[in-house]
Amino acid sequence: MSILVRNVSRSFGDFVALDDVSLEVDSGSLTALLGPSGSGKSTLLRIIAGLERPDAGQILLSGKDATALTPQKRNIGFVFQHYAAFKHMTVHDNIAFGLKVRKRPKAEIRNRVDELLNLVQLEGLGNRYPSQLSGGQRQRMGLARALAPEPDVLLLDEPFGALDARVRAELREWLTRLHDVVHVTTVFVTHDQEEAMEVADQITLLNEGRVVQVGAPRQLYDEPESEFVMRFIGDASEIGGVLVRPRDVELLQEPASGAAEAMIVRMTVLGRDAKVELHDSTGAEIVAVITRERFDELDLWRGQTVWVRARRKRVFAA
Amino acid sequence: MTTFLSLFVALPIAALVWEASSEGTQSFWEAVSSPEAVAALKLTLGTSFAVSLLNAVLGTITAWVLVRDDFRGKSFVNAIIDLPFALPTIVAGLTLLALYGPTSPIGINVAYTKTAIVLALMFVTLPFVVRTVQPVLQELDPELEQAAHTLGASQTTTFRRVILPNLVPSLLSGVALAFAKAVGEFGSLVIITGNIPFQTEVSSVYIFGRIESGDSASAAAVSVVLLVISFVTLLSIGAIRHVATRHDRA
Amino acid sequence: MRKLGLRFVALGYLAVILVGPLSIVFWRTFEDGFAPAWDALTTPETLHAFKLTLIITAIAVPVNTVFGILAALAIVRKKFPGKSVLNAFIDLPLALSPVVVGLALFLLYGREGWFGGWLNEHGIQVLFALPAMVIATIFVSIPFVAREVVPTLQEVGDEQEQAARTLGATGWQTFWRITLPSIRWAVIYGVILTTARCLGEYGAVAVVSGRLQGQTETATLRVQERYESFDLAGAYAISIVLALLAILVLVAMTVIRPREETAH
Repeated sequence: MSILVRNVSRSFGDFVALDDVSLEVDSGSLTALLGPSGSGKSTLLRIIAGLERPDAGQILLSGKDATALTPQKRNIGFVFQHYAAFKHMTVHDNIAFGLKVRKRPKAEIRNRVDELLNLVQLEGLGNRYPSQLSGGQRQRMGLARALAPEPDVLLLDEPFGALDARVRAELREWLTRLHDVVHVTTVFVTHDQEEAMEVADQITLLNEGRVVQVGAPRQLYDEPESEFVMRFIGDASEIGGVLVRPRDVELLQEPASGAAEAMIVRMTVLGRDAKVELHDSTGAEIVAVITRERFDELDLWRGQTVWVRARRKRVFAA
Repeated sequence: MTTFLSLFVALPIAALVWEASSEGTQSFWEAVSSPEAVAALKLTLGTSFAVSLLNAVLGTITAWVLVRDDFRGKSFVNAIIDLPFALPTIVAGLTLLALYGPTSPIGINVAYTKTAIVLALMFVTLPFVVRTVQPVLQELDPELEQAAHTLGASQTTTFRRVILPNLVPSLLSGVALAFAKAVGEFGSLVIITGNIPFQTEVSSVYIFGRIESGDSASAAAVSVVLLVISFVTLLSIGAIRHVATRHDRA
Repeated sequence: MRKLGLRFVALGYLAVILVGPLSIVFWRTFEDGFAPAWDALTTPETLHAFKLTLIITAIAVPVNTVFGILAALAIVRKKFPGKSVLNAFIDLPLALSPVVVGLALFLLYGREGWFGGWLNEHGIQVLFALPAMVIATIFVSIPFVAREVVPTLQEVGDEQEQAARTLGATGWQTFWRITLPSIRWAVIYGVILTTARCLGEYGAVAVVSGRLQGQTETATLRVQERYESFDLAGAYAISIVLALLAILVLVAMTVIRPREETAH
């Protein structure tokens, strides 16, 4: 099912959460709504879900105007950051909830729940209670629960935000694989650009209630349309008033035109590359990534003064 | 500390049990099964039970309105819920008599009837369910309801399957407290019910009557029955709390 | 729509049971003006009744406050056999009928009671006199301070007290400077509830006092007495005073409760 957001605005008192936001989500895609806190991404997701009403604008699901529909009628699945597990029900009953509410026959429910328990790798845990599961398991249960009634759209609100780093990484990979299997239109909200880059086909970057750029991860990285995008996605350092990616930072051992002086603060070897962190004359951080060969060639040490230059410049319209 | 408490609390209870059995088991049984005593007990249990159920429904609705609704004067309404805690029971009885008795300005006169008992008991037990359910409703995660909505559950279904199960322990606690209070209630009933034996005489009033007549043994016997009921109710509240939190103990 | 329906039910319920009756009493009392009410209130017996109520309350509240704090400390901080028994005993007065309480005390302190004989020999009268009334009132109001302080003590934890002790404070100093301030609002709230209970006690005191006008009649007992003597106006007048005190208690509760809750 495709999603069309048309000129949606929403304010909370004086605070403008969304300002005339429009966006298109293709059927079957895996889209990330990315942005810093306060950018409006969660609000937008909830408006798509029907958990919030927009002040203006429309939401179209598969071409039909769903703006006035309650969440019950939109056939969406929603996964919450803090799981929203029904703690008085077993894992099985949690997952079965959407089907029970639709009065499905018992046998069908049982089969579907077993199928999903397998899918999310919680086999055998059907009779446990959420309080007996780890955070990662609870979220997998949340996913299974949302998928059980075969929704047209799956919406996830910072689904891995409450989990520790290792579990987050695992589940990220896991969500990508799940999407390959299940193929449902998926939209997830995150503030973690790495997560968005790794998982999504399409990223919509939001800031202060407005859409800043839309595109595939590679596009946002290679072709940022504004300084904000460049800084938010991937690392970017500023040399001589110009933003440059770590791989585009040239390290020189003698002054040259267009190069700025900097002091090496830390060096890390990362397999076939080496990361060199420097401070420029104002103390601002500059990150450079060079090849191992170049690194070995240069014979660098901590505290050394070198010169840095942007190999490729990106200048943005003011 | 424990010795002080034992003396202060346990001793009176021991005295009751002693007195109740002082004239032998036969006497005890006779006192407890006398027609008037039995009528009083039936009335006490019946009305207390009815009031507890009424409170379960009305108290939950009131708690719901206080937590979820917003209107001018809500904080005033929230404050007066505790009035029955603060007002002397005898005054409660008198005020109910003023509105629902012989001098009623709206012509309703239920004095000296069983309805009066129910009214008085509703007054004194009003806060119990409201105050035990209110904090739980307040703390309830709104995302649970949102999750249920996204899964297709209507408001009523969500209330029945998601909210209510979370309220049941505190609801039962409140009902048990209300029941215990109602069974032993005295002051509010003394004026408005007329204390007519076999009709509007509850056990506490019956006991009082026996004391005044100098028949301490019968009074003690029936008291022991009430004591046992109180004990059982107290224990069940503890048990409810224990069972209710089992899902939280991971 | 449903929201309005629920609101109507809840407000209607409160109006029928609470607000309506109380308003009528206020109206009736002052129906014939202020003077008759004032006369009813200032008869010597009535004044004595109020005085007696206040005296009993003034004794019972401090006793239960001290006891409540000590019991709460014991329950939360110490391990000892019979702790759950202590806990249950504290809650017991809440579930007991006041008449049963009165009877129990009657059996203990009456002339043929367990202590009655000894007390009588030494010329100490407990029953049908102030002591019994005080004991009865203490009994029925035992739970309140303890029940308020226990959860607060549990939440606050004893780390602060441990810190104080490592800094050299004695037990008493720790209690006075650290523990007591941390439970201050819970104690105050508990005291308010205890006071309300003491002022309003009827059943237990009715049994043990003998209800002698001008001697062992409290304000609540007097309300009943006035009613039985067909002095409805007098009964209403005393009730109004008690109701006003109750409203004061309510106001105090409403003001203190948020402070008590945020102290956790």
